[in-house]
Amino acid sequence: MSAIARVFDRCRDEKRAAFIPFLTAGDPDLRKTADLMQAFVDGGADIIELGVPFSDPVADGPVIQEASQRALSSGTTLSAILRLVARQRDRLGVPIVLFTYFNPIHARGVENFAEQAAASGVDAVLCVDLPPDEATEDVVPMLRKQGLDTVFLVAPTSDKQRIKTVNAMSSGFVYYVSRTGVTGARRELPKELIREVKKLRRRIDLPLAVGFGISTPEQVEQVARVAEGVVVGSALVKLIGDHAEAPDLAKKVESKIRELVTPLGR
Amino acid sequence: MARPVPRPDARGHFGPYGGRYVPETLMAPLGELAKAYDKYSRKRAFRNELRDLLTHYAGRPTPLYFAERLTQELGGARIYLKREDLLHTGAHKLNNALGQALLAKTMGKERVVAETGAGQHGVASATASALLGLQCRVYMGEEDCERQRLNVYRMRLLGAEVIPVTTGTRTLKDATNESLRDWATTVRNTHYILGSVLGPDPYPRMVRDFHRVIGEEARRQMKKQAGTYSPDVAVASVGGGSNALGLFTAFLDDKKVRLIGIEAGGTGDALGEHAARFSGGKLGVLHGTRTWILQDDDGQIATTHSVSAGLDYPAVGPEHALLKDQGRVEFARASDAEAVAAFHRLSATEGILPALESAHALAHLEKLAPRMGKRATILVNLSGRGDKDVESVLRWMEQHAPDGAVTHGNSAATHPAARKWAAPKTGPENEDGADR
Repeated sequence: MSAIARVFDRCRDEKRAAFIPFLTAGDPDLRKTADLMQAFVDGGADIIELGVPFSDPVADGPVIQEASQRALSSGTTLSAILRLVARQRDRLGVPIVLFTYFNPIHARGVENFAEQAAASGVDAVLCVDLPPDEATEDVVPMLRKQGLDTVFLVAPTSDKQRIKTVNAMSSGFVYYVSRTGVTGARRELPKELIREVKKLRRRIDLPLAVGFGISTPEQVEQVARVAEGVVVGSALVKLIGDHAEAPDLAKKVESKIRELVTPLGR
Repeated sequence: MARPVPRPDARGHFGPYGGRYVPETLMAPLGELAKAYDKYSRKRAFRNELRDLLTHYAGRPTPLYFAERLTQELGGARIYLKREDLLHTGAHKLNNALGQALLAKTMGKERVVAETGAGQHGVASATASALLGLQCRVYMGEEDCERQRLNVYRMRLLGAEVIPVTTGTRTLKDATNESLRDWATTVRNTHYILGSVLGPDPYPRMVRDFHRVIGEEARRQMKKQAGTYSPDVAVASVGGGSNALGLFTAFLDDKKVRLIGIEAGGTGDALGEHAARFSGGKLGVLHGTRTWILQDDDGQIATTHSVSAGLDYPAVGPEHALLKDQGRVEFARASDAEAVAAFHRLSATEGILPALESAHALAHLEKLAPRMGKRATILVNLSGRGDKDVESVLRWMEQHAPDGAVTHGNSAATHPAARKWAAPKTGPENEDGADR
């Protein structure tokens, strides 16, 4: 059983949803990313989504686009991110999902990447612009061979057939994109979200995490009622961006995480 | 008569290239689009309506023109220009924009978005939208908005909303990012009119098919005017590659015809100085497709440079990548300086201002034509007109050749006509000099 599966099992025993915060690796630099991941764990993160910065992040709104730019400007590379994970993973004690675009992986060769990522202690890979259709033949087998979970997305536009494909190709959990659009905090969740997640719940065998646009404890609570995992991204990335130079950045982030996990009874 | 073409497989792969590499949100909509395209492009009513628009509104067929003075000056093969510059709005782009806008309307979409580099695809999309009553928003890199101010105003006149894109390199690549983000958010009522043979399936094949008419016409016109269906060489510039595939597709099975695509050589060979994907790129994935891409060792997309905004893009259409592997299409490059020199030469010898994109194809003639016999024929896609580029060329000349001499090692580069354009200070009396 993978570390991610164990986390969801434990959360089910505790009758709560898992909390999955996101940050962009290297924003503002990799040394601070190490501190911030620790702050995530101290605040109550169950799994960490670590974003690999990319020059052309088409699935992201302005907040994560800017974070990616800052990370690339500070010289962040995929190799350096994997070295960071290798140093931190055991100490942190929570699974790490690498959230990335496909080209940085493609550039170094998928097989090569899979070996390096697994050796570094990465638990799962989510390629936001790699639908399962393009991954079945080589990417999924190569990642699985190294013991990595493969997380794919379901969107509000996904039809039955697509949901079936995602269900078949995913391991660890399935990530439901709460809205048609790009990442970024919104004031309100889509009205139909709860109904959609309940409907989807019946078609997905794995734990279901919901993300995109979730930013407040109230929204965390609403989503946690119907899903096994709640992802918060842009709201945290914005906080990190706004206070990048603050000496108490990690403390600020830790208390934000505490606030967000309160409804989960952690 | 439509000729058989190498179609991609059912999932849009051209051999190892192409495919659908997009966020899940866009996967089902791309499936719907492919289905709608496959359905309507076979329906007589749709085809008739599009043909009617292309004929009576856009001005097809465009002429094939024997460039006699250019031929004489280069002293070799007979040069024929396929005059896409004479199509309504001034470039080949309208073939595709009309086709996709009509498809969008048929699918019940009320709104379209489009990316644009040089502004020609944006203008074409705005035009088609005005004609068909669709809302239109065009994303254009801020740097391109500056380079192509006139086209920005043209789009606004046509009722489109133009959004300058300030992220990344502020060029076509970033405009494409924004278009994809917009589409991912609005996909239920919006169609994305992608402007080249790029992006996820079905775009590469759909855009190619809407442009195939260029080569089909040219083939018939060659027969009538030059006595052969088969020119010895067909040449076209390749940014994404839509004008090139538009011309080449009709000749793919005619092995007598050598096909050459010209990429933007920019100012040098280093990453960031050009947009020549086949000589400086690596296999990768960008904007939904797997193809040759200019990128660094870490898989970050590189900045590109070309004097022509329409060629200033880091990826090339996936079908071109396959055709290159198969040896069916050769690729060469033309530098900024060579393109600017060719721009001047065609203007002065034929009275035709070519788009800077097309000028890259013309630049290759300077090397090619003189080495060919006088009975040989070259067909060039003059994909657009150069009015939009006059300001860019003027600025380029002021920066690089203040004395008016575009020196780049070949005779064309110092064409006397270039001097006149670049040296406004010499006064009107010099215009009556001996150059003519």
